[in-house]
Amino acid sequence: MHVTLEVWRQPGPDTAGRFVTYPVDDVSPDMSFLELFDVLNEQLIKAGDEPIAFDHDCREGICGSCSMMINGRAHGPERGTATCQLHMRKFSDGAHITVEPWRAAAFPVIKDLCVDRAAFDRIIEAGGYITAPTGGARDANEILVPKSAADAAMDAAACIGCGACVAACPNGAAQLFTSAKIQHLNLLPQGQPERWERVINMVDEMERWFGSCTNHGECEAACPKDISLDFIALMNRDYVKAQFKQRRLAGQRR
Amino acid sequence: MTDPLLEAKIPPGPIAGKWDEHKFAVKLVNPANRRKFKIVVVGSGLAGASAAATLGELGYEVTMITFHDSPRRAHSIAAQGGINAAKNYRNDGDSIYRLFYDTVKGGDYRSREANVYRLAQLSVNIIDQCVAQGVPFAREYGGLLDNRSFGGAQVSRTFYARGQTGQQLLLGAYQALMRQVHLGNVRLYPRTEMLDLVVHEGRAVGVVTRDLITGDVTSHAGHAVVLATGGYGNVFYLSTNAKNSNVTAIWRAHRRGALMANPCYTQIHPTCIPASDDFQSKLTLMSESLRNDGRIWVPQRPGDERPADQIPENDRDYFLERRYPAFGNLVPRDVASRAAKREVDAEHGVGPLRNGVYLDFSEPISRLGRDVIEERYGNLFQMYERITGEDPYVVPMRIYPAVHYTMGGLWVDYNLMSTIPGLYVLGEANFSDHGANRLGASALMQGLADGYYVLPATISDYLAPLLGTDPCPTDHQVFADAEAEVGERVRALLSAKGTHSVDHFHRELGKILWEDCGMERSEASLEKALAEIPALREEFHKNVRVLGDGESLNQSLEKAGRVADFLEFGELMCRDALHREESCGGHFRVEHQTEDGEALRDDEHFAYVAAWEYTGDDANPRLHREPLEFEAAHLAQRSYK
Ligand SMILES: Cc1cc2nc3c(=O)[nH]c(=O)nc-3n(C[C@H](O)[C@H](O)[C@H](O)COP(=O)(O)OP(=O)(O)OC[C@H]3O[C@@H](n4cnc5c(N)ncnc54)[C@H](O)[C@@H]3O)c2cc1C
Ligand code: FES
Repeated sequence: MHVTLEVWRQPGPDTAGRFVTYPVDDVSPDMSFLELFDVLNEQLIKAGDEPIAFDHDCREGICGSCSMMINGRAHGPERGTATCQLHMRKFSDGAHITVEPWRAAAFPVIKDLCVDRAAFDRIIEAGGYITAPTGGARDANEILVPKSAADAAMDAAACIGCGACVAACPNGAAQLFTSAKIQHLNLLPQGQPERWERVINMVDEMERWFGSCTNHGECEAACPKDISLDFIALMNRDYVKAQFKQRRLAGQRR
Repeated sequence: MTDPLLEAKIPPGPIAGKWDEHKFAVKLVNPANRRKFKIVVVGSGLAGASAAATLGELGYEVTMITFHDSPRRAHSIAAQGGINAAKNYRNDGDSIYRLFYDTVKGGDYRSREANVYRLAQLSVNIIDQCVAQGVPFAREYGGLLDNRSFGGAQVSRTFYARGQTGQQLLLGAYQALMRQVHLGNVRLYPRTEMLDLVVHEGRAVGVVTRDLITGDVTSHAGHAVVLATGGYGNVFYLSTNAKNSNVTAIWRAHRRGALMANPCYTQIHPTCIPASDDFQSKLTLMSESLRNDGRIWVPQRPGDERPADQIPENDRDYFLERRYPAFGNLVPRDVASRAAKREVDAEHGVGPLRNGVYLDFSEPISRLGRDVIEERYGNLFQMYERITGEDPYVVPMRIYPAVHYTMGGLWVDYNLMSTIPGLYVLGEANFSDHGANRLGASALMQGLADGYYVLPATISDYLAPLLGTDPCPTDHQVFADAEAEVGERVRALLSAKGTHSVDHFHRELGKILWEDCGMERSEASLEKALAEIPALREEFHKNVRVLGDGESLNQSLEKAGRVADFLEFGELMCRDALHREESCGGHFRVEHQTEDGEALRDDEHFAYVAAWEYTGDDANPRLHREPLEFEAAHLAQRSYK
């Protein structure tokens, strides 16, 4: 195969970027999209040009590092697939492919295709955990978790934190990520004691960094793990309920 | 006689009571004094994240360093199959003793008994802890935890969260860590790579790091340093490890005086997707859990070109079931891998390159239904289809062994302290619990045992006497010198201005090691590698081309530093393999095998841990030996027949 790539090159956070065109020959359909970039980078190095910076690590669709906007779609054309798992057999011979970094105010570009997603860590820090210091736990089977709850929690917990949802959203909102993280914990019996505080703290932190959700649903379509929009509904419900239920607020003491 | 450097500090008394005994014997630091101690943790995988979170909970002041952009992305995230624990929830005869015994036997009697016993004891607490944190383990309809089986065991003791167990366990540890970050007990330094260990007056006092975005070289000081930096499987270039996993942290510590134990013990995993071409950048694991239901076979006739579904039952050879009737498809990894290699070498291989064997689900699909198989392995099947373009519900998977895990690592004592006082090593980075072969689902167990339980209980023994002292200040000359050395290494890599990319050299190194120090090793192959690696290393430093600068994000530069260390480490690995004149677990020396091709151990001469001391760039490393004694699990030839 032969493809032509239009790749966003940006030397650093405070410098202007631009698209650069790179033709690549001898592309095998069995190559992954990142392997295409490996091959291109080898060519660039040979020619004395700096290789393209892009984030990646596991190359198995689980670490959430890879993050390319391919022909305007987060992670490219295949549904439920991270960039690293996308293979060239999904493109036609002679294809023109545009590749950009995630575009979102909360994810500033570091270089070329690498962005800074630290804002996600701030949301987790705000409450994305169950307080369970090491050593105090009782026997695991004493907590019965209905299979349906465990399965639903796992559906949410499958989120890899890649940021495709934010990149795909016209508002740069992080509702899908945040709701998946909240609902993973809020659906489980172990998550109940901190349920109301968690949703308020995480949603408030999210709003400090990200845009607002206007129900476009682009996030779900872009998600490499098929995380469902339903979690956003569950989060919104919990957020409203929390206004009444949160004991700290109910007692009027902060 | 024990080597004075290798004092393992194994507590006295019967094996079942050693850990309790030891916890009582160690010095403690009282809660109010803990905040006076600074601990630097490098690595945010299961071992590092769990350690940092727990040390933070205890009240220590923790610095967490990782080269990832977020701790959640550490390589542990990719673990698929599960985590072992001796809960005996299945009532199938499991016990702490059985898990201990299976692990020692699986490790081919090359691990330290006392450590393994402790690991089996703690396995039970780990599951409790993870459930309390909200890890969504698989459940049965009644709400109780579900289990599956893994290789090398005849009980069902593996807990799992679909095919994403590592992800869920890591998220649990990461979330606990972020809670401590929020509380101000842990300071996080992401996109920061440790490039050297700083040792002052014989103690580890800190690390030198490079900020991967600005290129700044700085130092972090602490009363103690903890390395939880993972394994070195990527020395082979192609492996199932994440692309950025590397040996630098432990190699640099080795050069500063920490002994490196059993570097030749590497695990080749039997069920990976075979390589398809030269551009291949990594190999993908298909979890061992698939061997619960999948059946492994090859065509009986060499070179049989018929598609799988046209090969009738009696033209198939289910070679594992045939050779190992008791364990069948669930023999340990080393045994399964070598068996597959034998079939492929004898021209029974399948697939376009004839470099695989079949892992077939047609029988379980017709017996249990597609739904059950989908529920158990859905995401793995999907992953397979994406990579190969073939549907494993219809066509059997093709698999072949690939480098997966490294049992070797820095030598540590029972407290997990290396030979440098104040330097602790956790998780895959140490050598401690798996001997010459690791059983499936026990790396996650070990990483979390080390991080949640062992280190938090043992580190106070070292810290207590240091009460009232400050960490060595980072403006001290030792830090300045180490920073200057790091800066110099970075400059040298940038100024070589040669003609070949870093990946070129990495691939060459990988080829040498896979051919000569891979699934089978011989004196001749190892001698050959020992001649080729130094030459390649020299060529690398003369002829590598690293473009860009050192003052901004430069991924080629990062890789170059790591490959430079792999080129040194690979040589030690071969040296260790050459010296070990026996076959055990993942280390198979062709000169030492039984008549039917099984590994032949030599307990009389090699029942020891080989720990290598760095003695200079131009000198040979010095071998130290820690003899292994087996009191609870008696030495026996492994048999899975
Ligand atoms: C595909 C796959 C599947 C697996 N499945 C299973 C399974 O089912 N069950 C099981 O028990 N085991 C499994 N394993 C093995 C297991 O995942 C690993 O052994 C284990 O996760 C290692 O954890 P760790 O904490 O020791 O290191 P890692 O998770 O490798 O973490 C290392 C950390 O160190 C950091 N680091 C390294 N060097 C530096 C440096 N110089 N500076 C700064 N930071 C550094 C990295 O950023 C990273 O955060 C699997 C492994 C693979 C590859
Ligand atoms: S590289 Fe890990 S998800 Fe793509």
